[in-house]
Amino acid sequence: MSDMDMEDDGSGIVKKFMFLNRKAPHGTVYALEGLEVVLITAAFDQDVSLVFTDDGVYQLMKGIDTKGIEVKDFSKTYRALDGYDIEKLYVDQSSLDARGLTEDDLIVDVTVLSDDEMKNLMDEQDVVISF
Amino acid sequence: MPMVNIAGKDVEVDEEGYLIDLSQWNEDVAKHMAVEEKVDMTENHWEVINFLREYYDEYQIAPAVRVLTKAIGKKLGPEKGNNKYLYELFPYGPAKQACKIAGLPKPTGCI
Repeated sequence: MSDMDMEDDGSGIVKKFMFLNRKAPHGTVYALEGLEVVLITAAFDQDVSLVFTDDGVYQLMKGIDTKGIEVKDFSKTYRALDGYDIEKLYVDQSSLDARGLTEDDLIVDVTVLSDDEMKNLMDEQDVVISF
Repeated sequence: MPMVNIAGKDVEVDEEGYLIDLSQWNEDVAKHMAVEEKVDMTENHWEVINFLREYYDEYQIAPAVRVLTKAIGKKLGPEKGNNKYLYELFPYGPAKQACKIAGLPKPTGCI
């Protein structure tokens, strides 16, 4: 049997995937690699939620300038997610509060959740992948 | 990394022929890449190339074909935002060929 047949068998299954982004955008590869995984996953028509929590909220900051550290600024790429049909972006209020940020500081529209709401959202998922 | 000399300028490309340094792109580079890909550039080809460059400038990624098709349809109309039209222009794939000619990296999620 070819791989194609295997894929056809599973094509109707849609799982709820949550990608959890917890780290600052630069200094490690987690944020960029996580973003690439999300863009690739978008091709498989799954139910994708993206969560930015802890230092992960810094990934969505407006006005990032990486010239001084000589790495690529991929923050604009979060604005392309909409075109990839990834529309469920979440941030938790406590992570924003702890860093003195508000929704207005972010480069994309997000849904801000309380800790309880975030717990419930995580409970609903089939798969949670943390970066 | 291999170097190619285009119009008297050395440019660096990866093993598949994509530009390494996007800022080295110019029309001569595009024309050179097009010849290598056996694509005969017309105004319609340039329209897609320019669209891709604008997309990259705005989002810092090369779009997946599906996303490109949809975005072109939005901007240039449904008669251009479809696979048939784009594959006629770039028979070996708009992502693979058009991105290369536009000096963009290979699209993320291009399998």
